Amino acid sequence: MEVEKQFCTFYVDDLFMGVEVSKVQEVLRYQEMTSVPLSSDIVSGLINLRGQIVTAIDLRKRLELNERPDGQLPMNVVVRTNEGVVSMLVDSIGDVLEVPDNAFETPPETIDGITRHLVLGVYKLADSLLLILDTEKTVNIESVPDEAKVKHT
Amino acid sequence: MDDVINEFLVESFENLDQLDQDLVDLEQDPSNTELLSNVFRIIHTIKGTCGFLGFSKLESLAHVGENLLSRLRDGELKLDPEKTSAVLAMFDGVRRILSCIEADQSEGDEDFSELKDKLSRLTKGESGIEDFGSPAEATEAAPAPAEEPAPATEAKAEDPQPEAPAPAVVHEDPEISEEMEAVVNEFLVESYENLDQIDRDLVDLEQNPSDKELLSSIFRIIHTIKGTCGFLGFSKLESLTHVGENLLSRLREGELVLNPTIASALLKMVDAVRQILGSIETDQNQGNVDYGDLIEVLSKLTKGESVDEVPGASPAFEENPPEKIEPAASEVPAPASSDAPAAAKTDAPEQSSEKKPERRQEARSGVSETSIRVDVGLLDKLMNLVGELVLARNQILQHSSKNDDKDSAFVASSQHLNLITTELQEGVMKTRMQPIGNVWSKFPRVVRDLAVACKKKVRIDMEGKETELDKTIIEAIKDPLTHIIRNSVDHGIESPQDRIANGKDEEGSLLLRAFHEGGQVIIEIVDDGGGIDPEKVKKKAIEKHVITSEQASRMGERELINLIFAPGFSTAAAITNVSGRGVGMDVVKTNIEKIGGSVDIHSKFKKGTTLKVKIPLTLAIIPALVVTCGGDRYAIPQVNLLELVRLDQQANRDVEMIHGTPVYRLRGNLLPLVNLNKELGMTQGSEELDEAKIIVVLQVNDRHFGLVVEGIADTEEIVVKPLSQQLKGANAFAGATIMGDGKVALILDVLGLAQSSRVLSEVAERALSEKTTVETKKSASTQNLLVFAVGQKGRMAIILDMVGRLEEFKTAEVEKSGALDVVQYRGEIMPLIYLSQVFATDTYGEEKEIMQAVVYSENGRSVGLVVDQIIDIVEEEVSIQKGSDRPGVLGTAVIKQRVTDLVDVREVIQSTIMGYYDSETPALQEG
Repeated sequence: MEVEKQFCTFYVDDLFMGVEVSKVQEVLRYQEMTSVPLSSDIVSGLINLRGQIVTAIDLRKRLELNERPDGQLPMNVVVRTNEGVVSMLVDSIGDVLEVPDNAFETPPETIDGITRHLVLGVYKLADSLLLILDTEKTVNIESVPDEAKVKHT
Repeated sequence: MDDVINEFLVESFENLDQLDQDLVDLEQDPSNTELLSNVFRIIHTIKGTCGFLGFSKLESLAHVGENLLSRLRDGELKLDPEKTSAVLAMFDGVRRILSCIEADQSEGDEDFSELKDKLSRLTKGESGIEDFGSPAEATEAAPAPAEEPAPATEAKAEDPQPEAPAPAVVHEDPEISEEMEAVVNEFLVESYENLDQIDRDLVDLEQNPSDKELLSSIFRIIHTIKGTCGFLGFSKLESLTHVGENLLSRLREGELVLNPTIASALLKMVDAVRQILGSIETDQNQGNVDYGDLIEVLSKLTKGESVDEVPGASPAFEENPPEKIEPAASEVPAPASSDAPAAAKTDAPEQSSEKKPERRQEARSGVSETSIRVDVGLLDKLMNLVGELVLARNQILQHSSKNDDKDSAFVASSQHLNLITTELQEGVMKTRMQPIGNVWSKFPRVVRDLAVACKKKVRIDMEGKETELDKTIIEAIKDPLTHIIRNSVDHGIESPQDRIANGKDEEGSLLLRAFHEGGQVIIEIVDDGGGIDPEKVKKKAIEKHVITSEQASRMGERELINLIFAPGFSTAAAITNVSGRGVGMDVVKTNIEKIGGSVDIHSKFKKGTTLKVKIPLTLAIIPALVVTCGGDRYAIPQVNLLELVRLDQQANRDVEMIHGTPVYRLRGNLLPLVNLNKELGMTQGSEELDEAKIIVVLQVNDRHFGLVVEGIADTEEIVVKPLSQQLKGANAFAGATIMGDGKVALILDVLGLAQSSRVLSEVAERALSEKTTVETKKSASTQNLLVFAVGQKGRMAIILDMVGRLEEFKTAEVEKSGALDVVQYRGEIMPLIYLSQVFATDTYGEEKEIMQAVVYSENGRSVGLVVDQIIDIVEEEVSIQKGSDRPGVLGTAVIKQRVTDLVDVREVIQSTIMGYYDSETPALQEG
């Protein structure tokens, strides 16, 4: 019998990514944000989530991808982490997918530094590859692999 | 079991605080038996409970204390300062054991035998000559042997062994006075709660007869009731609970097994106890129901005999004053006490009474349900939710005011919502409020101990005990207040002899006063002692290098007195060692400021001192000023706000620059300006203040500075929320909040802002700029020169643009590095050049305590040019006459009618400090 896991999927630039459904609190349309001067540019701002102040981090910037084109509004994937609730800004939302466990593989060595650091593994789907994001590492914006740090500075 | 212990600890700590106060009151009024009874009862309860919990050390200590108290209560001994001190020392001992238990469930390894000896000696009427293991300062001051040798020494002398029970006095049909009523009520509330618990426990126990914990819990409760009512003189209740206790004790020891008969008997007993409690509540009397048969059944069960039927309580027909009861055998839970209960009266069994249930109902609705204990965490959560509700309300109100013409029903209901929310907010805030008397209650003890230790006489008065404050604030001000009070007694109030010599009452007075004023709570600590001698403070401050004598000569009396708040100013060496240890007044000040409060001191030498502490009512919701900057809104806490200054059109006329730093002349004082735009990194290069319209004058750590913002939005009450971990690095922000329109706004951290803009670190600069009336104006054709004196007569100048900073150093701070004099400056080692030596006009003769230096920085390295006196900063068209071939001099000019040499800073540095420019050849623009 195959064990299946459910993932909430989304797109960031040209990446197809997923987060385990149990970690996702909710998915929201674009929310107005208050920018935080002097903070890391990975932090896009603060949003008001029904009275709770939630920090939004831009996944494109976190993954060191290209800037989101002007006029394209990001969506919020609000995840529960050890650091509290954090919103990840993504380009668009995909389906909730059930994928069999045996399709999983750890990220290949050749993936780029920061992405490999933040990706738990890859599910080989019929028509695409689903990258599973490590939410804990993603929201801890100081967590950068040594190799990537060099690139970063 | 942990729960039981915790409950015991909480209760005991509370009770001990009460005890301290009672005992001090008692010293004033030794004949007050109410107070004594109260003290006795509490110690007795602690003793009983810890006996049951197995804390034998605590028990034995409490036991000797109880013996002493019991003799005091019975009037066989009289309370004198010695006994008070001994009893207080015992409380402290109890407290320490309790703390040990709290920490690791053990009683600690402190030895109290000395204290116990002393207590027993005092009990016997001897005086405890030796010192007892008092923890407090009282050691030195333990007063001379008791003035009045206690009477009836012999009467009790043959009864010294500590196992002897406290002679419980049984009042026949007790008359309960007003004050006593409070004690009784407390007892009733507690007992009702406990009985409910027993009901549940007993039923559970029937399911699971071997559950030791349940049994223990029941046993403890019954035991407590027994002990307490024995003390209160409810003999009937006591005798009933006593047999119940015996039965329970056998069950607990496992000598009997719970069966339905026993369970019913116990439940009947519980009902009977309730019934008695009910009649006590209604008419202070135990009622005339006779429980003889129930008692008999219980004692039969205890002996292991069987009974056919469990009878109820039976009404007695004649007033039947209970017989005198032997004091309960031993407070240590008697294991396997198979002896018949002392006061079991065996009347003919008669059948149950009908009026039982209704009486019980009546009683229940009384005292027991007016108060509950709530977890503080739950209150905090409620508080947060209410905060949210307030915000949601604000949003709705804004919305409704926008389109009020559309839907009047909506407007009406939103107004209704408004009212309800406001009321709810107030209500929830109130639940967290506690009277300040809770903190104050321990002060009489502190003052008393201290006064005895210092051989002073001090009376403490309190006004406004009922003034309420948020619980977290109450906790936060506890230590600072204690420190202030210790200081007042130790340093403020003079010895009785001095006071008489000064024409004052022998007894010093210390007044604590609390009241509300303008949304804040003011606490005043007033003493009529010696006051603070500004001269003495000055001397001490100079001694301790808090200020220099030059600075001191410039300070007014008020400023001098406020020096006691300066860090490093400790009074440790003064008079005694009691205060001045550990925290100084600077810590008091910082702690109070941490919660948004402030301290102010007024003192009249020889008349007394008043300390005024201002604190906010609550921490969760703060008033804030909302400013705009770069299109976003930021909140500034009102506590930091002093005033707002609007800049008029010719902004540039008011804002002046010192070496690129904008300053503003506010009523003659220079106010350094910080541009919020720039601090937040939002301007692109231009540092013009054109767009800035408003200066927000802020205060932090006694430093004032102006924050230049684009506009002011509003003032608003905001709920402070912490920033997430991702933003921890941003120290310009204290948190975030949600504004009325639902958007998030950041709260500025004024302290962080001041630090990052370096307003805070430049105290010396400010002092200088105040002294030397800096006048600078932007002008292209003229030059700004800093003029200073070198040697006796020489006047020299430096182009102001080259001046990094003006500093003062203490001569004592100068150290040697090779041939160079150096000072530590901002974490670096900075070489000093004495210009008077370089230009050899004459030597840097007079040793001053303070040297003035011009700091010149280049490529991250600084050099201090020591001058003899900074004279002025001038802005003039200077015509430099070149041709001077003196090394280090650019030329000479006439400035302000005086011939002045212009210093070539680089050359001077190069010639004196080799290697300063070795590594790089920077381009210097001059002229």
